[in-house]
Amino acid sequence: MNTRLIRFLGLTLFLLAAPAFADPPSGKAGAIAQEGIQVPRPPFSEGIFPCTSCHDGKSMKLDTKRRELTGMHGDILLGHGPESRWCLDCHDARDRDKLHLVSGEKIPFTVSYRLCGQCHGDKLRDWRVGVHGKRTGSWNGPKEYLLCVHCHDPHSPRFKPMKPMPPPTRPGEIQARKGGAR
Amino acid sequence: MTDLNPTCPPEGRDGASDGCGSRREFLGTAVAAVATALTGCGKLSQEEFLQRNFRELSKEEVRDVIARLEKEYKAKYGKEVKVADTPPIPGVIFGYALDLSRCIGCRRCVYACVKENNQSRDPGVQWISVLEMEKEEGVNLQHADLYYDPAEVPREGHFYMPVQCQQCKKPPCVKVCPVGATWRDKDGIVVVDYNWCIGCRYCMAACPYGARHFNWAEPHLPAGEVNPDTHYFGNRPRPKGVVEKCTFCIQRTRKGLYPACVEICPTGSRKFGNLLDRTSEIRYILENKRVFKFKEELNTQPNFFYFYGV
Repeated sequence: MNTRLIRFLGLTLFLLAAPAFADPPSGKAGAIAQEGIQVPRPPFSEGIFPCTSCHDGKSMKLDTKRRELTGMHGDILLGHGPESRWCLDCHDARDRDKLHLVSGEKIPFTVSYRLCGQCHGDKLRDWRVGVHGKRTGSWNGPKEYLLCVHCHDPHSPRFKPMKPMPPPTRPGEIQARKGGAR
Repeated sequence: MTDLNPTCPPEGRDGASDGCGSRREFLGTAVAAVATALTGCGKLSQEEFLQRNFRELSKEEVRDVIARLEKEYKAKYGKEVKVADTPPIPGVIFGYALDLSRCIGCRRCVYACVKENNQSRDPGVQWISVLEMEKEEGVNLQHADLYYDPAEVPREGHFYMPVQCQQCKKPPCVKVCPVGATWRDKDGIVVVDYNWCIGCRYCMAACPYGARHFNWAEPHLPAGEVNPDTHYFGNRPRPKGVVEKCTFCIQRTRKGLYPACVEICPTGSRKFGNLLDRTSEIRYILENKRVFKFKEELNTQPNFFYFYGV
């Protein structure tokens, strides 16, 4: 009886969860794959991860006071949401290699979209179905999703302007260069 | 009248039943030689001159044509160039959607396309035209600039609209082609048989999107930049005097890959998939987003859609 109940619950959970995932979990998924979503490595700064190589709980004392960082990480300019926002709203103080949701649930950096989705739910919904954000790979097979943070710096998320590639040659200029006759 | 008879009887007297066949061969060669002399296309081989429309070729003939092309390309570029003739996948019609609210006009797609599809570098042929438009005007071609070149994009008050072949369901270019060198394949891709194209450019005049491009000069494609993974209807190197256009990267998409422009887009504005697949992202967009077709009033019925993702 018990096993049957568990089986039933398991099936129900699976069915409930299935529509939330854009794609069925693919067997080919690489090392970084959750919920059937394969993502590349998060865009950490060079040599910064794992955070616990410094924040190991021994060599540095935990300081949860809101303050402006001057030494390490002083280059990070926070331009995301209200003034009051700061590091430990998203980064977990006790487990530095993780992020945490408002609920307190700890999540790895590779599922940071769940953190972003707490406020940007509409974007997360579009991202899951492949409308917002970028997918590469195969239109009828395994795809790789870019995380939110691959395009939006989480500390300052506005998409950065970039230099355009050169414009096409004007027809007149083609003739001038070719000397007209061919 | 009397002149006509003497040619055939001598052959007949030899007892050769294929007498007329050799005459035909002789005439074919003669015509090819005359054509070569007249057009000045010295490089045109007899096989190429006599090749028929791709749709009329048997399997063996297709194999021979492809072998010939691969040989020619190897001689020209000094490396192996594969020419595929991958057929459409059954149950697939390709659709494309471009998010106008996200495109920033960086032209990465234009150059990724050139690289993937072996376009001529000089004179430059580009299958994607990115238009800079004014937000106040909306989609208005009288306020569109193809040659914008600011230090940074997007520019304040502007939006960007990349235009390429819309793979119409009623393609005017196909309708006007006098020789049937271009047609809409089963997966919705409008293809060109470069070997059958006579270069009349009627299709370019008929296309309301400016999506077709003509090789006015011998295409200049440096050997080091040749993409060797090609398709007969797609990115194989083209000769001078034929029309070419976007094929949704036929050599990639018929193998299941995304087109090159989708893969490069830094903003993720470009969406691609199977219109017949209910679970595809393209279907989600068509069913849930604000979508429009470019120049819908012309009834060309594009399979290329523009949408607003926000």
